[in-house]
Amino acid sequence: MKIEHFQHKQSAHCESGVTLGLLQHYGIQLSEPLIFGIGAGYFFGHLPFIKVSGVPGTTFRIWPGYIFKRVCKELGVKMKVESFSGKEKGMQALDAALQAGRPVGMQTSVFYLSYFPPAYRFHFNGHNLIAYGKEGDDYLISDPVMETVTRLSAADLEKARFAKGFPAPNGRMYYPVLTKPDFDLPNAIRRGIKKTCWFMLSSPPPFFGIHGIRFLGRKIKKYPVKLEPRRAALFVGNIIRMQEEIGTGGGGFRFLYAAFLQEAAQYLNNAALLEASNEMTRIGDAWRNFAFAAARVMKDRSGNLASYDELGEMLIQLADREKKFFTHLKTLV
Amino acid sequence: MKKEEVPHDKKIIHGEDNSLVKVLYVTDQQGKYETTKYEGWDAENLAMSQAWDDIDDRIAQTREKVIRGEVSPIAYYMEKNLMDLPTLASYVGSWKFFVKKHLTPSGFKKLNAAKLKKYADIFNIRVEELTHFKG
Repeated sequence: MKIEHFQHKQSAHCESGVTLGLLQHYGIQLSEPLIFGIGAGYFFGHLPFIKVSGVPGTTFRIWPGYIFKRVCKELGVKMKVESFSGKEKGMQALDAALQAGRPVGMQTSVFYLSYFPPAYRFHFNGHNLIAYGKEGDDYLISDPVMETVTRLSAADLEKARFAKGFPAPNGRMYYPVLTKPDFDLPNAIRRGIKKTCWFMLSSPPPFFGIHGIRFLGRKIKKYPVKLEPRRAALFVGNIIRMQEEIGTGGGGFRFLYAAFLQEAAQYLNNAALLEASNEMTRIGDAWRNFAFAAARVMKDRSGNLASYDELGEMLIQLADREKKFFTHLKTLV
Repeated sequence: MKKEEVPHDKKIIHGEDNSLVKVLYVTDQQGKYETTKYEGWDAENLAMSQAWDDIDDRIAQTREKVIRGEVSPIAYYMEKNLMDLPTLASYVGSWKFFVKKHLTPSGFKKLNAAKLKKYADIFNIRVEELTHFKG
């Protein structure tokens, strides 16, 4: 069984890509940057107490599921979001939705997605994909970070949906139920920008938003004192990986957001947003430079105090820059 | 990032090409955003291969320890599946305290057939691979 007319589109980020794919199926055509921006996907968080394989977690995006929910709400789309305690029930619900002709978005763990190159397959539980049919024992999968559609065995999909660890997907699946033909796009854009400004500027310190960037900057400076060189290099490497996490090219979603601001400038007829987009591109480039410098420090592995100090300083400057940016952006909408 | 600055560095990990063609938002000559495709760049490749080096080391060390009789095969397969104690415990559905015992050779010996089967299923292996450890 295969849902006809479902169109696969490769995207930079999994959740904005899944949201795009699902909405597009119901005739709502929005670009990925618009979805990312309206969904307020831009974020920063550093959580030293949440460790994945002993390495503290860093994120450049909002928590899984947020973008889809927010975009649907803003566009007046009724959606269904479900989690399951039992695997069987979770798989039955998926089959029922597909049977009803609805493509389904799901949160999964990359570890069990056999179509990824092996080196990518870590226990990363925040990955989103769409199922748009089932043939025999295989689900037809549209994974937005892949170039083309793919397949996944029912056994693998079940494991991926019910993976444990942080954040546990618990079989989470979601799909639009009813769409509205008319929605206020400019208003949704404005509200998305405001929300991101709030996340970045007003999240409680020290872990999130610009506070989080500064916090990580201070932490990095202490890595060579507190950790052995090898661990320190691993910690820094993880920041790069999260920044690069599938399709961001070293900007940690900053380029995607700059593209959003450019589109927003058109929809809101606001040239100041164009200037903001340029600054966001430069901020993305600065993050890219940070990744370059971090890679150098990682390669060196000597635990040189001065080089870690430099990395920390770069982050503290980025925090200042993003603070200035969002304080200004807030006044534009 | 400008389109002409997009890197194309293949991701070679474990001696194999692990590149994934990805979408990237870049600016054209007029500064307008568009998408392009790329395979990766050195900084992220390095970070990923470093993470794998660390994992490979840990797996190899744990394997030695199993052979020396210091830890149980479960400890080895835990590392091999990139899990840590809290993750494994949540898969087993029991307290870390108990799972920790099963990581020791003496605790491992006391496991009954059902428990062994449970671990084997989590690691996607046969029970014999746990009970007759070959690495």
